[in-house]
Amino acid sequence: MNSPMPGLDQPLKSSTGIPGFDQITGGGLPRGRTTLLLGGPGSGKTIFALQFLAQGARECGQAGIFVAFEESPARIVANSAGFGWGLDVLTPGALHFVDAQPAPDLIQSGSFDLSGMLAGLGALADEIKAQRIVFDALDIVLALLPDGPSRRREIYRLHEWLLDRQLTGLITAKSGGDEERSLGDQPFGFMQFMVDCAVILNHRVTLGVSQRNLRVQKFRGSSFDENESPFIIGKDGFDVAVARTLGRTDAQVSNERVSSGVDRLDTMLGGGYYRGASVLITGFPGTAKTTLSGAFAEAACLRGERTLFVSFDSDGSEVIRNLTSVGIQLERFEKSGMLAMISARTITGSAESMLVRIKALAKEHNARCLVIDPVSTLSKSGNELTAHGVAERLIDWSKAAGITLVCTSLLDEMGGALGGGTPLQISTLADTWIHLNYLVQAGERNRGMSIVKSRGTAHSNQVRELILSEHGVTLADIYTAGGEVLMGTLRWEKESAERVANEVAEVAGQLKRVTLDAEEAVLEVRAKSLQTELVAKQIEKTLLERTTQSREGELSRVRARMRELRGADAARSDRDPE
Amino acid sequence: MNHAMDAPCYEFRLYVAGDAENSRLAAENLHALCAERLPQRHRIEVVDVLQDPKRAFADGIFMTPTLIKLAPAPQRKIIGSLSERKVVLLTLGLEAGH
Repeated sequence: MNSPMPGLDQPLKSSTGIPGFDQITGGGLPRGRTTLLLGGPGSGKTIFALQFLAQGARECGQAGIFVAFEESPARIVANSAGFGWGLDVLTPGALHFVDAQPAPDLIQSGSFDLSGMLAGLGALADEIKAQRIVFDALDIVLALLPDGPSRRREIYRLHEWLLDRQLTGLITAKSGGDEERSLGDQPFGFMQFMVDCAVILNHRVTLGVSQRNLRVQKFRGSSFDENESPFIIGKDGFDVAVARTLGRTDAQVSNERVSSGVDRLDTMLGGGYYRGASVLITGFPGTAKTTLSGAFAEAACLRGERTLFVSFDSDGSEVIRNLTSVGIQLERFEKSGMLAMISARTITGSAESMLVRIKALAKEHNARCLVIDPVSTLSKSGNELTAHGVAERLIDWSKAAGITLVCTSLLDEMGGALGGGTPLQISTLADTWIHLNYLVQAGERNRGMSIVKSRGTAHSNQVRELILSEHGVTLADIYTAGGEVLMGTLRWEKESAERVANEVAEVAGQLKRVTLDAEEAVLEVRAKSLQTELVAKQIEKTLLERTTQSREGELSRVRARMRELRGADAARSDRDPE
Repeated sequence: MNHAMDAPCYEFRLYVAGDAENSRLAAENLHALCAERLPQRHRIEVVDVLQDPKRAFADGIFMTPTLIKLAPAPQRKIIGSLSERKVVLLTLGLEAGH
C-alpha cells in the first residue's frame, strides 16, 4: 500500500490487509493504541477484526489474540472459512482465540470486573508475544454491568491495560452506526473520546438495496480520509472502495491501438481505441450498442486477448446468439475459454458490490478487455447516489489495470433532454464516447453513429450510418444533399437515382457520337464524289480546248487550200478573207 | 439442619483478583454464608487470578470475582461480590424460591 506520507507515519500503523482501508488511514490502525469499531448488527465488525488479525499473523509476523464475547471461536473460524484467510491452519501461537462468552446460566450478584480476564490475557499475550488483540462485541460483557459508572470503569481498565501492554487493540461494539443517539447516551460515546481511532460501519438499505459504508471518525495524530467510503464484504473479506488519490502513481499510458472490431470505425478513430482506454457507447434501446461492443469483444478474442463480457440485459448465451445474426461469432471463443460471458441480470445489490464482483471476475479471468453492457444498470433504483462514484472507480481501476473497457449506456429520454449527458455522467470520464442515434425518415429508422469525443485522437466528426447485416457491422457514408442528411432507403434511392441519371447521360452521349459519325461519313462520301466530278470536268475542259485547237487548225488549212484552188491574187485575198 | 451428617458437602471455588474491593467482599460474604448455612460441610478454594492467570483462563473465568459451586451437582456459577444474599442462596439451592 502506498501511503501518502511514506516513512513518516507508516511505522506507527498496523496494516489491516483490507484493500482501501489502509489507504484511507495511511497505513492501518494506530500501532500500540486502541481502535474502536462501531457498527450495527451484521455490519461486518467481526470480519473486519478477523481480517486485521489474519493480516498480522500471516503477513506481518505479529501474533494476535481474538477475544470472542458473542460467538464461539469454532463458529467464527468456520464462518470465515470462505474468505480464504486460512484461519483454521494458523497455529494458536500466531492467532489465539479466547472463548469469553458469558455462560447463559450466569448468575450475577454484586459488583464484578474484568481483571480476571485481563490477567489471563496478559499471561497469554506474554506467552505468544502477541502484538494485536481484538475484543469482539465488548457490548455483550458491558451489558452485564449494572450501571453506567461501572461500565466506564471497566472500559478504562481495558484501555489502560491495552496501553500498558503496548498492544494494538481493536474493540468492536454494536451501535446504530452514524444514525446514533447522542454520543453521551452510552458507554461507547464516552469510549469514542477515549480511544485513538474510531471507525464506524454503516449499513443502510435504500430502496431495497443494501449499501455499506465505512467512516473513520477520528484518528489521533494522523491524517485520514474523513468521508464515508463504500465497502463490500466480498469473497476475500472487506473491500473498501477508495477513489484514486492524487499521490498515487498514474496508470501507465499506452499509445497502442486496439481495434474496435469495425474497420471503418477504426479508421474514423485513427486506428482504433487506445489500449487501456475507457470507451462509452451511448444510445437509445436498439441502436446496436451491444452489437458494437460484441464486435469489440470478437476483435479482442481474435487478437488472443482474454475478454470478459458482463451483460446486465440478457443471458450470455442470448447475447452470443443474437450477435451471431450480425456475423459476430463469439461462441467459439467462449468454448476456448478466451471469452467469459457473465450474465448479471439477476445480480442485485449495491453498485459497489457489482463493481467489486466485476473486478474479482476480471482478475479471475485475467482479462485484458472488458465489456459492460450496459453500465447504466449501476445507477438503477437504490443506487442513484453512489453510482457516479462507482463508475469513476470503475474507470480508474480499469485504467490502472491496463484493461480496455467498453461500456454501453442507455441514454433515456431524460438523459437526452439534459443535453446528451448520461445518467452516470461517466461521459466526462470516458476517453472515447460514441453515440448511436436513430434517424427517422420516410417511415424508417436508421442507425447513425458519431464520435462525440475521443481523447488524444484526431477523429472524424462525420455522422456515419451503421449498417448491420449477416456479414457483420459496417459503416456507410451518409448522403448529404441540400443540407439534408439521408440514410437507409432514402440514401439508397438517392444513390440509385444518381446512377440511373449517369447511365442515361452516357447513353445519350454515345448516341450523339454515332450520329456525328454518320454525318461525317456522309460528308466524306460527298466530298469524294465531288472530287471525281471535278476531275471529270477538268478532263472535259481539256478535251474541249484540244478540240477547239484542232478545228481552228483545220479551218486555216481549208482556207489555204481554197485560196490555192481559186487562184485568187494574194492582195484580194488579203483584203477579203472570205 | 437435622440431616447434617447425611447432607452433602459443598465444594466451592472462588476466583479473586488480588485484594480488589469486590473480590475481598465476595470472600467475606462467602465465608459468612457458609459459616451460617453450611457449618462443617463446605470446602472453599480461593484462586487468585493475578497469581495464577493461566489457570483462571483455562477454567473460563473472565470476570472476577467468580464463585463456582462444584458439588453437589448441578454446578453453578455466580459472578460478583455475592452481596445479594437471597440471590446467592437461591442459586446455590440453599433456599426454596418463594
